[in-house]
Amino acid sequence: MSNFFSKAEVTSSGRPVFLHNEVECHLLSGVDLEPEDHHHFTPLKSGILILTTHRLLWLHSSSATTPTSASAIPLAAISHIFSSRKSLKSVFHSPRIRFQVLVSPDGRVFDPGSGSGSSSGSGSRSVVVTAVIRGKGDSDGFLVKFWDSWRARAWESNETSGSGSGSGLASGSEAVTGTGGGLYSRDGSLRMVGVAGILRKEQQMWESTDKSLQDAFQDLNALMGKAKEMVMLAEKMRQKLLSGTSSQTSGANDEDMGSKEEMQDWLLSVGIISPVTKESAGALYHQQLSRQLADFVRTPLERAGGMINLIDAYCLFNRARGTELISPDDMLQACSLWEKFDVPVMLRKFDSGVMVIQNKSHSDDEVFARIKSLAAKPEALRNGVSPTDAAMSLGIAPAMAKEHLLTAESKGLLCRDISPDGFRFYINLFPEIDPLNIYFVKDYGICSTWIKAVSTSG
Amino acid sequence: MVIILISSLRFRLEAENFSPISIYCEGSTCREMQKLGDFKLPHFFNYPPYFTLQPVRETREKQVQLWKELILDYCRTQKIFVIKLEEEFPLFSNSVIERTLSHEAREAFLSALAAEGRAEWLDKGHRSCLILWHRIQEWADIIVNFVKDNGFEDSVMTVEEIRFGIESRRTELHGIDRTILMRALKLLEQKGKLAIFKGTSTDDEGIKFSV
Repeated sequence: MSNFFSKAEVTSSGRPVFLHNEVECHLLSGVDLEPEDHHHFTPLKSGILILTTHRLLWLHSSSATTPTSASAIPLAAISHIFSSRKSLKSVFHSPRIRFQVLVSPDGRVFDPGSGSGSSSGSGSRSVVVTAVIRGKGDSDGFLVKFWDSWRARAWESNETSGSGSGSGLASGSEAVTGTGGGLYSRDGSLRMVGVAGILRKEQQMWESTDKSLQDAFQDLNALMGKAKEMVMLAEKMRQKLLSGTSSQTSGANDEDMGSKEEMQDWLLSVGIISPVTKESAGALYHQQLSRQLADFVRTPLERAGGMINLIDAYCLFNRARGTELISPDDMLQACSLWEKFDVPVMLRKFDSGVMVIQNKSHSDDEVFARIKSLAAKPEALRNGVSPTDAAMSLGIAPAMAKEHLLTAESKGLLCRDISPDGFRFYINLFPEIDPLNIYFVKDYGICSTWIKAVSTSG
Repeated sequence: MVIILISSLRFRLEAENFSPISIYCEGSTCREMQKLGDFKLPHFFNYPPYFTLQPVRETREKQVQLWKELILDYCRTQKIFVIKLEEEFPLFSNSVIERTLSHEAREAFLSALAAEGRAEWLDKGHRSCLILWHRIQEWADIIVNFVKDNGFEDSVMTVEEIRFGIESRRTELHGIDRTILMRALKLLEQKGKLAIFKGTSTDDEGIKFSV
């Protein structure tokens, strides 16, 4: 290590020790650090470059030994970051990040933390350092984060808001950095010049927003206290609603019911589902949702051949809504409400647990008839019917087709065949076979058809 | 066209290169079905679902029934008395359709046989099963007939002679499983039809008939 860099401490496992409030932002491996001319420091080869909110750290990386120390460049010492030059050469070379570092008179990186800042009126020297990224990391992303961290000047806000002892240093460093015609006018106030000026303006805006946020957060604690009261109030309301409906006779007052419905809607909008919903066919919200869903689901149903998986419907519906997405619970509630309305769709649960939405006009028997005829075709007699075959032939999704096949099996129409080739279904021959006469084959029965189909194959 | 009321006719033909096949005819068409040794297989032996344990109750009952019949038939004609589940058993595989009965299926069918007294598990782990294509009582009757037919009413024979002797060659007793034979003999002993005693030679027992 040369004397150029600041020293950075490293833990026993080779990770850098971070300063107070310092946060790691990005990491690149296989990085060389090279000065523009070699008398400042000898180039550092093949290390890990870590960008933090406060510093640029370089660790020597070797798999055999853990690094015992690291080199650091405080971001405060960086006066300029060059934007990446895209040239023909850069396509073939490793990406490079170039930045300008201020150098103190004794040939070291300018260290704003040290007291030497105030006395170096001639701290005007700087050196351009190039970080050559030979590793596979995202150098463009690193550059962006580098800019952000450098502009954010986290080290300053640290010092101004935190320790009182740091504030003197901060103003000191602000006043002195880059006297060589940089950011600061003689009286110490900022000069809004050029790109640096724009950045500085933004920085100031950010700082003021931060301050106002801090003030707001003071109020948040007060809000939290109020929130408890709010929740208790909502609970009381709920109880009232509950007791209200249970004590009322069937000849309920219309007005009362109206205001109760309003109350329910209001509660619902703050996220509390009234228990009254179950008795009164749901809050208005769920009713409306249910009808909207029934309308929406008709087009996908047609496309899917009359039956659609509940999960698929949920995804489609939410995607169509764009914003104000509904939860799975809402979906289920909306579908279960269909029973109470007169809509042409219904929710159905198969034995296997799969839930689907299907047209009320959908007839299982019709599907079975189609499956039966499919299974009686010569091809199906020879090789059986797989869920994909059925899906193609019936024009529905394979998962739906499998459900249909399983239901047909449970009705005795089909038999399953499980083999390394997969799960297939054959038409059921068993009923026709007589156990007392197993060699007998009826002339025009299904067994005979099956035998014919099978024996004509190769 | 003459409609033949006979439902199936069977011919035996020897094919040149392949194992003997049997041809059976129904109506006016003839079909071929492969054989296991000299045992004729029914047409549904090539039906893939036959080799998958069916979950639907009614279908399963039929499937079990068919397998029970087939196992008993096969064991009777091939004189097989014991089935070991973990060993290969020709009836449980069909190379033509590339299907084999799973262990679970084999156990299910054999247990069904055991439940109606047509088989017995020889071990608790259900690895080995004794097949009683004749019930023990039936075997006992066969022994009695054998004794009467050959005039052995008052004579003495060894167990091995019953199993492999010249006299038993034309009967079903020939090659009978020793366990089954002993059971049948014990049953007859209880009825006083014979007496079992340890013989002079190493570990062979002798039977004194008093039928």
